[in-house]
Amino acid sequence: MAEKKIILANIEEENSHTIDHYIKHGGYGALEKAFKSMTPAQILEEIKASNLRGRGGAGFPAGIKWSFIKRDAEGPKYLICNADEGEPGTFKDRRIMMSKPHIVLEGMIIAAYCMGLDAGYIYIRGEFYDPYLSMDRAIEEAYKKGFLGKNILGTGFNFDVYTYLGAGAYICGDETALMNSLEGKRGYPRLKPPFPAQYGLYGRPTTVHNVETFSAVPAIIENGGKWYADLGTPKSGGTKLFGISGHVTNPGVYELTLGTSWKEFFEDIAGGVKGGKKLKAIIPGGSSTPILRADELEGMNLDYESIQAKGSMMGTGAVIVFDETTNMVKVLYRIMKFYAHESCGQCTPCREGCDWFYDIVKRIYHGEGKVEDLDRLEDLGKYIGPNTICAFGDAFVMPTTALVKKFRGEIIDHIKKGKSADLGKDYHHA
Amino acid sequence: MVNSMSNSSFFFSDSSMAEFHRWEKKFPENAEGKRSLVIPALWIGQRQNGFISKEVVQYVAELTGTEPLHVWGVATFYTMFLKEKSGKNIIHFCTNITCTLMGSEELMLSTCKKLGVSPGETTSDGLVTVLEAECLGACGESPTVQVNHTQYMVKVTENDIENLIQTFKTGNR
Repeated sequence: MAEKKIILANIEEENSHTIDHYIKHGGYGALEKAFKSMTPAQILEEIKASNLRGRGGAGFPAGIKWSFIKRDAEGPKYLICNADEGEPGTFKDRRIMMSKPHIVLEGMIIAAYCMGLDAGYIYIRGEFYDPYLSMDRAIEEAYKKGFLGKNILGTGFNFDVYTYLGAGAYICGDETALMNSLEGKRGYPRLKPPFPAQYGLYGRPTTVHNVETFSAVPAIIENGGKWYADLGTPKSGGTKLFGISGHVTNPGVYELTLGTSWKEFFEDIAGGVKGGKKLKAIIPGGSSTPILRADELEGMNLDYESIQAKGSMMGTGAVIVFDETTNMVKVLYRIMKFYAHESCGQCTPCREGCDWFYDIVKRIYHGEGKVEDLDRLEDLGKYIGPNTICAFGDAFVMPTTALVKKFRGEIIDHIKKGKSADLGKDYHHA
Repeated sequence: MVNSMSNSSFFFSDSSMAEFHRWEKKFPENAEGKRSLVIPALWIGQRQNGFISKEVVQYVAELTGTEPLHVWGVATFYTMFLKEKSGKNIIHFCTNITCTLMGSEELMLSTCKKLGVSPGETTSDGLVTVLEAECLGACGESPTVQVNHTQYMVKVTENDIENLIQTFKTGNR
């Protein structure tokens, strides 16, 4: 269990984004193999055997998702690549799109062939203008080589891929909000069921995966599902990208076999806490996942089950590192400010709950809080997550209540200092 | 043809219209596909007009076969669509968790001090608007700044910001 570069192979090299470089290193070999020597059913079996789980945060098994689509159903069916990377702390998909866009396309084309899909959209967050240009260049190259378009590799299979540029809304990372956005609407999540496999883009059967999930597909087809599964733990197959940032010596994106120990990753690979300071806590998988104190990390491995056993989640694999000097009231404030800004406003418990949470956190931040506020946050949190359409409610209640629970002493000390502890002015978004 | 029939006083320039036609090819040729053009058309309109005015909304509605109210609803949902005129240049400072840990808030405030504005404001000469951004997704190289909605700057220092503002002043941007 260690670093293993599959998605990140050769990514440091100049021109890694070009199709010639990609092909030189075996790129589109999996596509040829799938199209020329495998049936769609065989491809599906390999994906199932690989244990690949969705890498966008929820971790849903990819093989099961693919099996929901009826290949021969009439009418258009769609594939969507979710490149709305917005979970705070996450920066892996941008890395792939900038430096290895063809691995995303190859994975998408194989997936489309397996499920019999007609067209694919890559929904890229509005801020990612360079990744959007990078994907457009790659698509153009792939058409020229005959990997996209009509009669791909002489098989009679047609598939087109288009990019789409969002305009700044975290909620569009939710697959149903994303589809509404792609349909030219406000990005409101849809009530499920029906699930996208039945009622997706334009009401048609649709499969949505994260950038990284598609990027894992070529190697699975090339080497077999079992090979991929064996790289990880019995329940978490393969490799996963981890982006580590904050108070760490070597921030960046790393590809690790699932099950690698936290200690090995943090100390040996990422170089430990920056500047020789002590570790205070980490957020393991993006800002929606509950924070873990340094003393909770003993014996943790980087796989879905091990992080869950510690009371948090793999999420997007976005690790944020906090050293001993970090003020947790400030972290709580900044996290809640983000969610208050990003709640889409569709469901009352989330829309109002976000503002209430933010108001309470704000007054603590400004040295005007009360100790009872902490219990109020915990109590309020119970009524939000279960009563909303999408996971956003949980996404702000989980990390904020975890912070309050795990750093209660520090927050109470701050509250007791009163107004003299005000941490600064509020700034508002445009 | 569309232009001459329009009720709006805003029209796409030839290059904007050419860009719009490129987007049209991405979607089904029906009413649903046309509605998918609302966000791309708003982007094109904003680039040409500087912000989403009522006239841009009216025009985008006509182009996409939707109601102006729908288009305005969409425009107001997404943070990157500007609802009022901004400065000639926009600097977005990411102040989400990682960037804040790496000093972005101090960087934003020192920039504001130099420019004589508060976050969210435009300099009196209309040259620069300073805005706060949510996570820009480049946390490994924070602090991160976005310039004019397109260009990223990473591991940004005070010096980088000085130079950036200088390029604004000399018009090299």
